[in-house]
Amino acid sequence: MIGHEDGQPRDPALPDPTAPLTATGNLRRRAAVNRMVEISASGSALLAVSVLALVLYGVISRGASALSFTFLTSNPAGLAGGGIANALIGTALIVALAAVIAVPVGILCGIYLTEFAGARSRSGRALKLVLDLMQGLPTVVVGLFVFGLLVAGGKESGFAGAVALSIVMLPLIARSSQEVLALVPGTLREAADALGVDRWRGVVGVVLPTALGGIATGAILAIARAAGETAPLLFVDGIYNANTTELNLFGHGVPNIPVLILTTSDLAIPQGFARAWGAAFVLLALIMIANIGARLILARSRRVRMTR
Amino acid sequence: MSFDARDRSRDLADVGIRPRVRIQTEPPHESANARNGTQQATAREVVFDIRNMSVHYGDNRALDATTLKIYRNLVTAVIGPSGCGKSTFIRSLNRMNDSVPGFRLGGQVLYHGHDVYGTAVNRVEVRRRIGIVFQRPNPFPKSIYDNVAWAPRNLGMKADLDAWVKQALRHAALWDEVQDRLRDSALSLSGGQQQRLCIARAIAIEPDVLLLDEPASALDPVATASIEDLMRALKSRYTIVVVTHNMQQAARVADHVAFFSLDQIGSGRVGTLIEYADAETIFRAPKDARTRDYVTGQFG
Repeated sequence: MIGHEDGQPRDPALPDPTAPLTATGNLRRRAAVNRMVEISASGSALLAVSVLALVLYGVISRGASALSFTFLTSNPAGLAGGGIANALIGTALIVALAAVIAVPVGILCGIYLTEFAGARSRSGRALKLVLDLMQGLPTVVVGLFVFGLLVAGGKESGFAGAVALSIVMLPLIARSSQEVLALVPGTLREAADALGVDRWRGVVGVVLPTALGGIATGAILAIARAAGETAPLLFVDGIYNANTTELNLFGHGVPNIPVLILTTSDLAIPQGFARAWGAAFVLLALIMIANIGARLILARSRRVRMTR
Repeated sequence: MSFDARDRSRDLADVGIRPRVRIQTEPPHESANARNGTQQATAREVVFDIRNMSVHYGDNRALDATTLKIYRNLVTAVIGPSGCGKSTFIRSLNRMNDSVPGFRLGGQVLYHGHDVYGTAVNRVEVRRRIGIVFQRPNPFPKSIYDNVAWAPRNLGMKADLDAWVKQALRHAALWDEVQDRLRDSALSLSGGQQQRLCIARAIAIEPDVLLLDEPASALDPVATASIEDLMRALKSRYTIVVVTHNMQQAARVADHVAFFSLDQIGSGRVGTLIEYADAETIFRAPKDARTRDYVTGQFG
């Protein structure tokens, strides 16, 4: 353009606007790169899905045959016979106790971060960092820590297992609660403040109910994640009487599914593998149900908020 | 005349009896528009005695030293162009600005003779007596009933809660529209209804003063008219301070008008009180040229 103004010919480096509208210059190379990135991205997505599909296929094809009513309702018998009822009950109790410990503390951490620590406060940022570090903590280390705290010199127990699992759950619940609470509009907090009502009442009466669906979802996902944790349980709840049902979590080890899967497959006999696959199938099914349930709760709470 | 909150709250438990002590040393303001507004106002009870109140956000001065008195049972309108400190002014009266980072207040805000920013003052108690309604309707995602009942319930006003809620909704002119669906979500109401619900929510705890921060600016003309009717009806029970950038609205509802504008002070432009008088004076015979320019539409 400049060339035209002072009467000079057009700069030959500039494209000729009158040329046909086909790919020219490096556009061909750029299109190829574009294609490559697209293929590798969708290929990776496909790979992730197929890994899950393979795991599911493996567990279902091998585990489904072991599954029966008696498998779920009877205790183990002999070396590798009977069902997994006691381990199911044990896992349910341990995970429930862990949730009782971690859910309130986690939600309160989230409330502290969004409602009481200022947006840029030092303590808030420190807590976020700690939670993120906790989330990245290898579960083996968690197991070792709880072993030293509660088991060393004493006995393994279901309680120690619950404490270990609650440490796994806590950062997940705290961070997800914080994220959901941060989505509650500030105008609602302001409205509660403006009514001459104490801050904590505003939090409990207005902010928390508004975010409840999302908080419940985060908590269920964290519980499902912790339910399958094996490493910490090997340290602190790996020794137990395999053939009896334990309803008391204190003072002795409690049978549980993750350790059962490990020990039965460790037997290296066909019946042991079959039981391990069966137990894996049950564990996977429970976690899947929890996940899908959590997502349904979230979808429902979103829908209710929009239509009401 | 001193204000005794304890006597007042005891009376308040008795629904239906209005415990407002009124001093009527002169005929009602409206019938005396011809007279000089400031003169007659001196005989009214002063609710807010604001002395040299200035506001900073960090290093930024938002409001220059402002001195004015707000009188009981009047509608006092705060008008002015955008960014002139109207909202800062009104939100400073019940300490809503305390949560704004860097907020600093100079001078004094005396409420019935008590310093609102005094050391022993409890913020929650301040807002208990000085309610505020914001620009955008912000009902809680709860039922209509629970929106109104939430604050009284939390403040221990549990006896006869239904009657409280009904009365607040009546006074906010919303009862007829919602009485059949009190359990429905407040979010199902229209914008104008939501704003009246917010007013009902604010008056359900029987405050002494009602601050309205541009209550109609997000509403259509019909809803605006109903909010204005409401202000006229409510001023016999409450002292009302309303921020608006709509001059017609101020002219329709206000007894007194404070005009704020931006003034060049040092290197920055700072919100400044230009003129404060009764509505008649501000709209018919303003003393300051800037007020005249603004109300006649010359700028802003």
